[in-house]
Amino acid sequence: MKPALVIAAHGSHLNAESSTPTFSHADTIRATGAFSEVRESFWKEEPAFREGLRTVDAEEVYLVPLFVSEGYFTEQVIPREFRLEGWDPDLWESDGTSASDASLTAGDTGQTVHYCGPVGTHDSMSDVIVQRAKSVTGDPDVGEGFGLAVVGHGTERNENSAKAIEYHADRIREMDRFDEVQALFMDEDPEVDDVTDFFESEDIVVVPLFIADGYHTQEDIPEDMGLCEDYREGYDVPTEVDGHDIWYAGAVGTEPLMADVVLERAADAGADVSGAIDQVRDRTRGADPATGD
Amino acid sequence: MDDTRVEAFADAAADGVDFDGIEAQVEGDSYTLSTADGTTAEGSVAALADVDPAVERYVTNWYFWHATAPQAEPRWAFLRWLEGADEHAVPERYDRLDGGVTTTWGELAVTVELDADGDRVYDLRHEADRGVDADDLDRYDDPVAARELAKHDERDRYRPLKTAPTLQTGWVFPELDPAALVETVHAFYPATVQNWYRERQGDLDVTHWHETTQRQTGIYGVVKTWDRGEGYEHVNWVAEACCDDSQCLKRREWEYDGETDLDVDGGDGEFPCREPCSVVITAARQWTKIESEQPRTYEFELTPSEKEQVEEIVDAVADGRVDDIREADIYDGANRYRARFLRAKLFDDEGNFDGVPTED
Repeated sequence: MKPALVIAAHGSHLNAESSTPTFSHADTIRATGAFSEVRESFWKEEPAFREGLRTVDAEEVYLVPLFVSEGYFTEQVIPREFRLEGWDPDLWESDGTSASDASLTAGDTGQTVHYCGPVGTHDSMSDVIVQRAKSVTGDPDVGEGFGLAVVGHGTERNENSAKAIEYHADRIREMDRFDEVQALFMDEDPEVDDVTDFFESEDIVVVPLFIADGYHTQEDIPEDMGLCEDYREGYDVPTEVDGHDIWYAGAVGTEPLMADVVLERAADAGADVSGAIDQVRDRTRGADPATGD
Repeated sequence: MDDTRVEAFADAAADGVDFDGIEAQVEGDSYTLSTADGTTAEGSVAALADVDPAVERYVTNWYFWHATAPQAEPRWAFLRWLEGADEHAVPERYDRLDGGVTTTWGELAVTVELDADGDRVYDLRHEADRGVDADDLDRYDDPVAARELAKHDERDRYRPLKTAPTLQTGWVFPELDPAALVETVHAFYPATVQNWYRERQGDLDVTHWHETTQRQTGIYGVVKTWDRGEGYEHVNWVAEACCDDSQCLKRREWEYDGETDLDVDGGDGEFPCREPCSVVITAARQWTKIESEQPRTYEFELTPSEKEQVEEIVDAVADGRVDDIREADIYDGANRYRARFLRAKLFDDEGNFDGVPTED
């Protein structure tokens, strides 16, 4: 029997669209037939993390967290709730952005679980951020004359949260595609509120490294950047702020190419999905974002 | 009977078949068989396709359960349960299935019927839509569509709890195959089939309140402080608030701990709830914070009717009755005009009840 894929995501009690990208990416991967089953499992929705594995028949499971950074969820909550026996963060030997995979046994079901690092820190996430910039500008060659801001939540409590953002900003800077690349944050310096202070370029693409659109990406960040006074009024893409055109992209996790990152995570852990990766890249480059209705 | 079914049955019978009332053997080119209702037959395997129609039912039934239905045990058992396979022998079961057998699962109604080949076709809809012509309902065929239907209630409000008794009506999946039926049920009520099956097998793993709260960390770690081994009255309140049939269709199987049952009934749902869910834990976090406050004494002046009105308002909100109160039903204490009058009369500009400030 082929192995199964389980995608672990946060979900929400309050926001109906929080889980939409998870389902969309799962559907994309399901359509490739690379896994016997593809299941979604949530911290705040059902099926719960605690019961995610028992809905899966396969003896071997690739478990991919649809989270932005390593930290509390990937190191404590998911291993505990999925009952991964013998889990220790040291198994990942990670510096905060380099977690790949660790194979463990699930106490709930006895399945072999290849527990993968989060999607947000995978190298191919840099490509998704660039793809998001292409999607929002409608320009497949976007780069020259543009600045790119990769935006994270940032938190004093977990240094890995900022590491993931800086990691991708550095990688994209090295691509030499955009005139300027900056890592900005909501809750720590440098702050996204002052986005135009950090760029010479007239055009700035702003891509939040968030999994789903919700309160932060739809309300806080647009208002903080001055795209609108009140998020309910909406804003144009681009909107002119302080003489710059801000191309605000919304959550990168809604980009259809994210399904590729999930597959890359499973591939790094040993899943035989090379054909599926090609299919997904073909299908999702330039596809509409998974923002739900 | 088509060749596929005959060949598959003959292949299996080479090792002996004994399933749902049919016993069969194939040796070389010959078969022998007998059924629970006393029919026997023998002959060449080539002639097996022309067996008595009474026997044919057993053969197509064998084929369905071994070649068509999902072979994963929980799903298989669920599909068997839906058609009463353990209670009704094949001839009687087929007679019933010809007319359609309907079972409810939460708010879902599943009707199973036979198709021309002896396979099963499932109709899935809201139980409130039983008896409605399928043409009068919105038709869906893909299990994925159930995700969207389950997401919002009749008034388009988000349903964070999939097993809340607020499933919208007006839709039908009229022709699902067995695998798609179980997938669709999963989309409406995730993991319920698996937990129901475990319970039937006697190995449902229940995690009680105490154990669940003790494993919480992060912002939920605070609920541990509400659990100091000083009785469980607070957990009764939680269960009464959240785990009543009026709020969730799962049957609560978790208690305070392995030795201490709660005093509140767990409900009548078909599928079990094996531990406090994320909605309960999130609510418990809030109650933990609120319950850590020390009581104070406030003095209010209320007429007897005003006191009763406050009680009626709490009741109406708690029972979700607010939207059912008629616009001009001034006799109901929770009527909006009555509530607005109370506010106009008794609240000061800061929103203090009876002008009494809230003190920490």
